[in-house]
Amino acid sequence: MASIGKITRRAFLIGATAITGGIAVGYYLYRRPYPNPLEDELAEGEATFNPYVKIAGDGAITVIAPRAEMGQGISTTLAALVAEELDVPLEAVTVEHGPASYAYYNSEMLAEGGPFPFWDESIMAETVRGAMGGVGKVLGLQGTGGSSSTRDGFDRMRQAGAAARQMLVAAAATSLGVAARDLATGDGRITHAASGRSVGYGDVAAAAAELDPPSEVVLKQRADWRILGKSQNRVDMRDKVTGAPIFGVDVVQPDMLFGTVRMSPRFWQKATRADLSKAQAMPGVVKVVPIDTTYGSGFGVIADNTWAAFRAAEAIEVEWGTAGYPADSAGMTARLKEALASPGGNSARDEGDVDTAFADAPGERLVEAEYEVPFLAHMCMEPMTATARLRDGVLDVWSPNQFPTMTRQLCADVAGIETDKVNVHTTSLGGGFGRRGEMDFSMYATALAREAGGRPVKVTWTREEDTRHDTYRPAAAGRFRARLGSDGSPEAVEMRIASPSVVAGILRRTFPSISPMGPDKSIVDGACNQPYTIPHYRVTGIEADLGVPVGFWRAVGNSFNGFFHECFMDEIAERGGTDPVELRRRLMKDYPAALAVVDKVATMSDWGSPLADGTAKGFAFTLSFGSWVGEVVQVSQSDAGLRIDKVWIAADVGTALDPGILEAQLVSGAIYGLSAAMGQEITFADGMVEQSNFHDHDAMRMHQCPAFEVAILENFHKMGGAGEIGTPPALPALANAVFALTGKRIRTLPLSKEVSFA
Amino acid sequence: MRLTVDGKQIEIDADPDMPLLWALRDLAGILGPKFGCGIAACGACTVLIDGSPVRSCVLPIGGVEGEIVTIEGLARDGTLSVVQQAWLDEQVAQCGYCQAGQIMSATALLDEIENPTDEDIDNAMSGNLCRCGTYPRIRAAIKRAAATKLARA
Repeated sequence: MASIGKITRRAFLIGATAITGGIAVGYYLYRRPYPNPLEDELAEGEATFNPYVKIAGDGAITVIAPRAEMGQGISTTLAALVAEELDVPLEAVTVEHGPASYAYYNSEMLAEGGPFPFWDESIMAETVRGAMGGVGKVLGLQGTGGSSSTRDGFDRMRQAGAAARQMLVAAAATSLGVAARDLATGDGRITHAASGRSVGYGDVAAAAAELDPPSEVVLKQRADWRILGKSQNRVDMRDKVTGAPIFGVDVVQPDMLFGTVRMSPRFWQKATRADLSKAQAMPGVVKVVPIDTTYGSGFGVIADNTWAAFRAAEAIEVEWGTAGYPADSAGMTARLKEALASPGGNSARDEGDVDTAFADAPGERLVEAEYEVPFLAHMCMEPMTATARLRDGVLDVWSPNQFPTMTRQLCADVAGIETDKVNVHTTSLGGGFGRRGEMDFSMYATALAREAGGRPVKVTWTREEDTRHDTYRPAAAGRFRARLGSDGSPEAVEMRIASPSVVAGILRRTFPSISPMGPDKSIVDGACNQPYTIPHYRVTGIEADLGVPVGFWRAVGNSFNGFFHECFMDEIAERGGTDPVELRRRLMKDYPAALAVVDKVATMSDWGSPLADGTAKGFAFTLSFGSWVGEVVQVSQSDAGLRIDKVWIAADVGTALDPGILEAQLVSGAIYGLSAAMGQEITFADGMVEQSNFHDHDAMRMHQCPAFEVAILENFHKMGGAGEIGTPPALPALANAVFALTGKRIRTLPLSKEVSFA
Repeated sequence: MRLTVDGKQIEIDADPDMPLLWALRDLAGILGPKFGCGIAACGACTVLIDGSPVRSCVLPIGGVEGEIVTIEGLARDGTLSVVQQAWLDEQVAQCGYCQAGQIMSATALLDEIENPTDEDIDNAMSGNLCRCGTYPRIRAAIKRAAATKLARA
């Protein structure tokens, strides 16, 4: 059975056979149902084998890595998958993002959207995963999110490389008049050992591309990997240390204009009165135009340069409609609490008999707590931006985005043209974190391009506009109770969590005519699917619309449910007189992968050994996006405030394709979470976001950054994600450390409301 | 007005109130320095003026005197500067957007202090925000660059 575990579900379903020297899998499925978009854009002498590989006559190899590069290193890892099977060094390939195309659908992003925890491999769970993945394919949903790109690309990219290699070998066999089996590949050449003759990939590329793709391909065994499993130099690192113009803000087109937007700061509202004359008359201003989309309404400024556009946008005199939602944070919190108190909701996990277990619970065995977290902004370093040109009925959009096919569709609607007249050029992203899965910045650039007489317009938002028009990480509140047994372990745990629905929010601004189907898993994600065995265990999600646009934010629901679940576990441990790590060992005994992570991080951090005065540690664990992650945070008291001294992370990702990039992602995710826990919140007054820039929504700085120690494990038989998994345990591990140090159980984030950090 | 940028003289015709960042990016086509905040709070726009790190997003071009060096002016004939090479060796960048500013601040730090302590690094670098959390590798790269420079001295 172990070998079947190594073969992915998809390969398994279409029939896989293990053979000597590799794993043969049916290849035909990967060519259907979408055509290869590269066929329309080949350069002279270039040949394409599938949507991922192009080879020129001179042997130059281009790999298409059709996922957004936002710092997670995906362009490097996807290219490494192809290079491994194509038998060329990673340095020998040029990596491009490629066009928006249904061929680049992501079938993993939705696969875990069903109601089953990651470890559930029942036929029903697997069937639903396959069906959900199929939705991504049928929709042709090209997207980067849900820490899914490597899982999605693991087979597909390797098969693309292997298929191309097999075709090249077949063509070389014909060219050399020898049998294909007598040929070997390496470093971009195909060699006939017996005669010493060889040809380059470029020599036979054109002939090879004419051949029928193989009906099955043979993939290397892991032991034969030369690139995968080892840390690679990132393919874009040189560009990033030399200031190369690779980002959305760096797009330059001939005859280009510049622009910005000023949208209603009250969501879903329009201008009730506006005087554009002052803005229009400012130097450098070409035009001030209204914008009205499903995302929001307001104005755009087209100018000779960005600074002129910024100044003119500020000079627009405008009054906006009043908010149709609670106007301030107190009102929003009240609505969340109201939702929590109301009966009902969707029970995403319900084991044992929770109601009976609590009915006769003696008070001294009862633990009860209420938790709350605020809205959060993404604060990508590159503010929202896109460049658009609408000329002769064709729209070109240069956009640092996570959803090219959706961007194409919604921008086509704004331009009033068909999608086949839209070209989306995806640049590198100056941070994404889910924010760039939205289409607003591309749509607004399109709206300005409509008014620019065929000239391209590069539209850059101010940081203030970016902060106040985000699709925020939802605020959430939870009520938790536990009944402890005589040994201090929980016999019953109930969690009720209220939050706005991310899915409903996305539909409202993208496809408003579609109603969400079923409950939104993100409300309970990270609470309902954790590897704990508790006899009576219920987790209920309650949707509470607060009127604020909410969206994907690094780890989404896991980012607040990890905090809720793991801080409450810490409370249970404390009340039961159990060490927090020991409590996890007891409750996770049915999940060996989780247990191994807990043990590893405990050993690394020397958990339980005496600490210096004024120093304490906190522990937390979250299984998210298929990866099992434990973190220990050590804090200490200094004259200037609390310091985070060190963070230990152990993560089981199943298969580690690039340890260096994984380490960077785990540290990155943890810092993102620690930043939020320490001091971030988005608050409201008069229906508007109160924060505006880094001075009032800051993140961790160099002097606050702890040391890190990371261990990557590969025990579980399914591959997990990487980009988001470091975030969820970071917040509760810090809060639990602060409790251990100060005795303050802080149940409302950010922690800076009650303690100060150096 | 005339500016010296990366060893070249450039002529800029603009309102003297325009921040240097936008003159460089939109008028001179020097795209290395990045726009992050517009209020000198994130450091993505950092350039050197006569060797000192300056937030170009808040500096009016009318007030600029001295030689400007941007990230685009650090490499010589395709050879990376010691600091850039250390960034490459430590594989520092993730999204990379803030790194031009980080490298400029680090370059200024190492020009001033040849073997900076952790506290020196904190003081010099805390004005440069990184949302990807590359700080541990930035620290390692600065130490590597310092060691390289000392070994060459």
